[in-house]
Amino acid sequence: MLTYTIRRLVLAIPTLLFISFIIFLIVKLSPSDPTAGLPLTIPPEVREQIRESLGVNQPVLIQYFRWLQMMVWSEPLHMIEGWTGWQIAPDGPRIISYQTRSPVMDLIAQRMPQTLWVVGVSYIVGIMIALPIGIISAYRQYSWFDQIGTFISMLGFSVPTFFTGVLFIVIFAVNLGWFPSVYDTTLEVTDWDSFILQLKQIIMPVMVLGLFNASQISRFMRASMLDNLNQDYVRTARAKGLTEKVVVLVHVLRNSMIPVVTVIALNIPAVFGGAIITEQVFKVNGIGQLLIIAIQGGDVPVVQTVSFIFAVLIVLFNLMADVLYGVLDPRIRYD
Amino acid sequence: MTEPVKQPLAISGATPAGAAPLMEMETYRPPRNQWWDVWDQFKTHKGALFGLGFFIFALLFVYLGPLIWTIDAGYIDIRARNEGPSWVHPMGTDQLGRDTMARMMAGGQTSIAVGLTAMLISLVAGTLIGVVAGYFRRMDGILMRLTDLFLALPLLPLLLVIIMLCRDQLRNAFGPEGGIFILIVVIIGLTSWMQTARVVRGDVLALKEREFVLAAKSIGTPSRRMITRHILPNVMSPIMVSATLGIANAIITESALSFLGLGFPSDFPTWGRLLFDATDWLQSHPERVIWPGLAISLTVLSVNYIGDGLRDALDPRIRGR
Repeated sequence: MLTYTIRRLVLAIPTLLFISFIIFLIVKLSPSDPTAGLPLTIPPEVREQIRESLGVNQPVLIQYFRWLQMMVWSEPLHMIEGWTGWQIAPDGPRIISYQTRSPVMDLIAQRMPQTLWVVGVSYIVGIMIALPIGIISAYRQYSWFDQIGTFISMLGFSVPTFFTGVLFIVIFAVNLGWFPSVYDTTLEVTDWDSFILQLKQIIMPVMVLGLFNASQISRFMRASMLDNLNQDYVRTARAKGLTEKVVVLVHVLRNSMIPVVTVIALNIPAVFGGAIITEQVFKVNGIGQLLIIAIQGGDVPVVQTVSFIFAVLIVLFNLMADVLYGVLDPRIRYD
Repeated sequence: MTEPVKQPLAISGATPAGAAPLMEMETYRPPRNQWWDVWDQFKTHKGALFGLGFFIFALLFVYLGPLIWTIDAGYIDIRARNEGPSWVHPMGTDQLGRDTMARMMAGGQTSIAVGLTAMLISLVAGTLIGVVAGYFRRMDGILMRLTDLFLALPLLPLLLVIIMLCRDQLRNAFGPEGGIFILIVVIIGLTSWMQTARVVRGDVLALKEREFVLAAKSIGTPSRRMITRHILPNVMSPIMVSATLGIANAIITESALSFLGLGFPSDFPTWGRLLFDATDWLQSHPERVIWPGLAISLTVLSVNYIGDGLRDALDPRIRGR
């Protein structure tokens, strides 16, 4: 298992390099000029010097390697320094945003908590809703609960989050006035009242994303439970007199969770991607919104870095899902 | 099977002696196109039937509707702006007095056209790569690595970036609407073929080991005819199922792009664009988001149900029961 994990880790490196090169090229080829946003009074030779200092005049390959070196070496060290206070970060240049002139990693660090908070809570809520629904639907296949459950999961699967989000705003924010429609990230939870406010403003984005996730996971959970419920070991367990509760919740559930856990891991990057839209709907100033603003403003370094982070997430969680599958199910270890 | 046509054994004298006892057990059915069996199974899936019905209704509404409802989608009647539903404007009007129903029809034409075309592109690419990877062993490794790479790309950010990048050039080349249409269709198609390719490759690998392929090979069938005559017809069912999923995926992606303000231009309605424009008026006219949102959701839901029904109907193990 360990050799398999190591082999997969080593194989992930060329994949990431290739993806980073593609991202770098696609973004680099865009016609946006980093000095376009500066005042027109700046003389051309100064403009040229600014370009020089940003390193945009060099050949693409050299720019790529410089970016890569900063991305995988200096920036992580700066991040560690920020967390621990150790003086380990190199003095070299950092990836600078064209729009804000600050290091891209600082921007991401500012916006990461909001995204993680919304995405994380919604994913957990989604899983909490999905698992019981999937289990009961499968156990009582074709009952009215199953019919309604499958219909709702089909609905949640088909209705795009930007419509559910807007619909929720119309119903709960505009008509009923229960929750605010804009997510206020300056709110600090200090006492009970602010906690209630935080709860109120996070409910809608979390429900929108959570319902979407729940509908996907509950489909998998149901299918996986159905696969296991008719197996011989279930009959054996019943035959030796175990209670129905033990049979379903211990024997069947444990085996059915194997594919579901990997699906949960595999879906995490997609959830981050989907959060781009939800953040836009509820005006959460997270990573997705940073990306949209950067794309609209032609802010090349931010776009490259955020896209690369998404790519790393995808590769990492694919790897984790594969390894988890092997850990949970000894029958399919690859070595 | 709903009601197989049961007839007494009429031609028992014509069957070989060895097969006669077997034939008596079974009932004789006149030869019948297998697609009728598929249709019979498909009919038993209520959701799929509803989905098919709604999809046909949406197609009629969008493509034949403008022949009946002749108000132009771009016609501005500023005196009739911000109206609610009435007999003159069944779905109301927008902030410029344009008729929402006409805009829904025009928007639906684009949205569904994007869905169908992008699905075709991704289907052709996915099938081609899947068949080549499964059939020719030399290509398998490299094509599957390519598929894995594409699966690891962060698609939504890249789609947004590519649109930002190529919008102006294509707009100059093909006009504002045509350019964006080509761009969106091509990039959605080229970023969603991976699942089809994987499924098709798996099926082709399994088919290659079957006797009929060996038999065809032994009489000297060239690869090209082998693929078109023997392999492709047998992988039709996964391809059709992924076609329906492809339509749903393309419609949602196009709407999401339009919703992020990076899709079609604002004077060119699509369902996603209408929804995006309506969110600006959420406070004063919240009902305006309902129509495009419902249209997107119901179309995607119906297409997904059709896919579900097709999956069951095309699976011979389920169909036989």
